[in-house]
Amino acid sequence: MLQALNLTRTGGGKTLLDDVSVSVTAGDRVALIGTSGSGKTVLLRALAMLDPIDQGSVKWNEIDVTDARVPEFRSRVMYLHQQPGSREGTIESVLREPFKLRVHQGKTFSREQIIQWLERIGKPESFLNQSHLDASGGESQIVALLRAMQLDPSVLLLDEPTSALDAEMSLKVESLLVDWVREIDARAFVWITHDSQQAGRVSSRTVRMTDGKLETV
Amino acid sequence: MQDYVELTVWQVALAALLMIVNGAISIGLKLKLERTLLIASLRTVIQLTLVGMVLKYIFQLERWYLVLTLAAIMTLIAGVTASNRNKRTFPGIRLNTIVSIFASSWLVTAFALLAVLQGIDKWYQPQYAIPLLGMILGNTLNGISVGLNTFTEALFTRRTQVEMLLASGATRSEAAAEPLRDAVRTGMIPIINSMMIVGVVSLPGMMTGQLISGMDPMSAVKYQIVIMFLIAGATALGTIGVVWLSFRCLFNERHQFRSDLLR
Repeated sequence: MLQALNLTRTGGGKTLLDDVSVSVTAGDRVALIGTSGSGKTVLLRALAMLDPIDQGSVKWNEIDVTDARVPEFRSRVMYLHQQPGSREGTIESVLREPFKLRVHQGKTFSREQIIQWLERIGKPESFLNQSHLDASGGESQIVALLRAMQLDPSVLLLDEPTSALDAEMSLKVESLLVDWVREIDARAFVWITHDSQQAGRVSSRTVRMTDGKLETV
Repeated sequence: MQDYVELTVWQVALAALLMIVNGAISIGLKLKLERTLLIASLRTVIQLTLVGMVLKYIFQLERWYLVLTLAAIMTLIAGVTASNRNKRTFPGIRLNTIVSIFASSWLVTAFALLAVLQGIDKWYQPQYAIPLLGMILGNTLNGISVGLNTFTEALFTRRTQVEMLLASGATRSEAAAEPLRDAVRTGMIPIINSMMIVGVVSLPGMMTGQLISGMDPMSAVKYQIVIMFLIAGATALGTIGVVWLSFRCLFNERHQFRSDLLR
């Protein structure tokens, strides 16, 4: 599905990505580990084509992603920010927002689907009526995750998606995401984590970033 | 025959006494503004005297190239001032402000000289061309500054929100739509407010000048109405222009937000 070839990026006199190549295939649950500053987030953002790179290419189903196709590509390969922040409006209005985008025309917001996912992680339906500005860091991460999942992407690029959650909630979100990949063959995720136990629980394989280089563990 | 009272140097000096009053207030209240007031007063006298000398020369010669040269210098200064006023900066900001202030002000001034003021002898008649461009530049500069500042601040503070939209598949236009709209709206507010209160709270400078020089009030009013519309038109064009150009600098063809360029 997703293939990155020879990604190289420098910045601030440092090599952020050093000739990194990686493939993500259907059903993959990849844990991306490494020390802080090793280039994990830079790699995930490069895979989502959110930042310019110096060299290399990103392919979707073996075809180079052209400039015009980037929004469509990002609707299939979705990056989740570690600190999604908050904005005005209720949580439901934040969840409804991406359906206004051209690339998601034809899709509709399903309150039932969101409630189902909320039940799985032990959140009440009334959560949707809360102000997004009042949401905690962990709740914002949950909102960002549901916002992405409802759009049915093929690959989720998760930048420490449970870093602001307590241990119990973290386990529930892990289970939700693992089942989300297992539900349909054509799904996958890449999950940045600093927790080796979490990497073991959620992933089918683990890769490590060290000084901008990628190696299989 | 003159319809207005010609001011002598002594009369101007008499008005300057008010600045001494200001200085005394500053000393009395320990505002520490004496030096700034002095510099501001001197700059007012020197700058306006120099402009007066230049205008007198240009008005006498009535040469199109002199009018265009002065207009170009005024435009350049306005463009540079607009970029310097911005709290944030990014590569290309100065070019953006100069291009947008040039395009909007010159286009609207040309419309005024060629279409609205049909009775003038030559399109470059300095008596009309320079004051009109000056007023349009001054007001467009404000609109551009406010609009650009709103746009860059919105992108800076809402960076994560913009990136979340891009990451969800938004095009660059969709991701920046809200900051773009806010910027143009905010840039237009000063001129809209002026249009709302013009003549009610204060009389505009140009109209006051025309009345003092003896022009019939209704004729002065017609000129002022035209000026307000010209300023509103140029402000809208200039603000849209600068915001659009800045958008193109900060979002590339790959629908990437170059937040690293915004400082």
